[in-house]
Amino acid sequence: MARAVSTRRKVTLTAVAWTIGLLIFFPILWTILTSFKPEAQAIADPPIFFSFDWTLENYAVVQERSDYMRYLWNSVFLSIGSTVLGLMIAVPAAWSMAFVPTKRTKDVLLWMLSTKMLPAVGVLYPIRLILIETGLLDTRGALIFILMMINLPIIIWMLYTYFKEIPREILEAARMDGASLRSEILYVLTPMALPGIASTALLNVILAWNEAFWTLTLTTVDAAPLTAFIASYSSPEGLFYAKLSAASTMAIAPILILGWFSQKQLVRGLTFGAVK
Amino acid sequence: MATQHARSAARAMIAPAVFLLLVWMLIPLCMTLYFSVHDYRPLRGTFECCEGLDNYIRFVSSGAFQDSVLTTIMMVGGILVITVGGGILLALLLDQAIWGRDIVRILVIAPFFVMPTVSALVWKNMFMNPVNGLFAHLWQFFGLQPVEWLTQLPLFSIIMIVSWQWLPFATLILLTAMQSLNSEQLEAAEMDGAGAVNRFGYIILPHLARAITVVILIQTIFLLSIFAEIFVTTGGAFDTRTLTYLVYQRVIESQNIGLGSAGGILAVILANIIAIGLMRIVGKNLDK
Repeated sequence: MARAVSTRRKVTLTAVAWTIGLLIFFPILWTILTSFKPEAQAIADPPIFFSFDWTLENYAVVQERSDYMRYLWNSVFLSIGSTVLGLMIAVPAAWSMAFVPTKRTKDVLLWMLSTKMLPAVGVLYPIRLILIETGLLDTRGALIFILMMINLPIIIWMLYTYFKEIPREILEAARMDGASLRSEILYVLTPMALPGIASTALLNVILAWNEAFWTLTLTTVDAAPLTAFIASYSSPEGLFYAKLSAASTMAIAPILILGWFSQKQLVRGLTFGAVK
Repeated sequence: MATQHARSAARAMIAPAVFLLLVWMLIPLCMTLYFSVHDYRPLRGTFECCEGLDNYIRFVSSGAFQDSVLTTIMMVGGILVITVGGGILLALLLDQAIWGRDIVRILVIAPFFVMPTVSALVWKNMFMNPVNGLFAHLWQFFGLQPVEWLTQLPLFSIIMIVSWQWLPFATLILLTAMQSLNSEQLEAAEMDGAGAVNRFGYIILPHLARAITVVILIQTIFLLSIFAEIFVTTGGAFDTRTLTYLVYQRVIESQNIGLGSAGGILAVILANIIAIGLMRIVGKNLDK
């Protein structure tokens, strides 16, 4: 009897959960659908869900009119560049804190975290000024550095929590067998740390791709990524919903797919190991 | 001997990160502090030294500051209530045995990966537009007058947009925390006759307490610097100007660097008060 009740309960809960899930996802679904509509049908009342004249025209127009590829390339360049650079600095730092902890390790970690809490707006003007004076405003190099710096605390923390989980006995065994520090890192540690490094990189690419304060305030043309490209649609002319949707779909699709792979890492990365 | 070697190697490995973060934090902050005691307006060519705390006093006593603090509190508070409340309910729901749970979870999490400028523009145009938006169509279908969301209810609209983006985050973290709850404990309570409300109030909620605190603190830190959503929807008009946005306007739009820098320093101080709370929790966790 208990089983019958729980099946009915399961059906009800499933229905509720799916309804809520679809409602939350609806804006994204609607954007993707609209991107395939002709402009006139994009604003039709009542709205058309599937039976419209499917077209790829919007994608072609967006591409042609706004040099979409350059923004896309900038986004790819900034997110991957800042991630690689960040890992190069963070991996050694996290390694040393996880395996050779000192009395001050905890304070150093917390201090690093505290730099992440600094509101960007408090340092906006100095950074802008430095970039203008050095002629680096609106360059990809400067933005890679800035994006790397704002995410560095998260990268170090995430790597630290992963490295902490590697059993130290294995390292000691390698050391006993006469492995040098270099071969210890290269042949023992790296293979075990790779999954953690990969998920850290994934989360960082997502964060850098979506970063919208520095990319909006420090770029105009040359270094502008997709965040700025989309923001340029905020003062529309004429019918533009379908084109806005096409541009939006192209901007979010890669990260949506990456994001679904990184759900678990997201929790660890963004709570600094406080929730696992 | 080996330890000695390892220690100096470890120090060398951590040095670049510490050095960069130190430079990144100190130099701009010192510059902001320096500008904040000057009357610095590059467009007029004024750069006069030693205003003391004048900029701070002027910034704090302006009506714009008081309004912006109120707006910030209402915006962050509203988003926190919606996302934490909704997140607990959703996490409870997704923790149940349902068909296709992984797919529902993917659907719920998706908004978090949408870049802020996209979600703000999509909501602004395709949903909240008073003529062509979906909400307008829906309202008309029920014979109601369409709402001009971003002019009549601007603060509420932005709260809705940002809550949509952050609800997945709260849900995901609370769900993760909930899954670490010992199910035997819940079953035992049920056997002893504890109802659903009691089980939630006495077992689930206390178990979630720390995760909820973490969600609130982390979200507050991110939400205090909401920028893109305001930038592309109202541009700070109609009482949606938060402290962050006010400082941005003073510094970039009106180029009153001295005044804006004073505001920036105040924003840093406010954020740090909240950050201390988060650091305590995270720090405690490190000792384990």
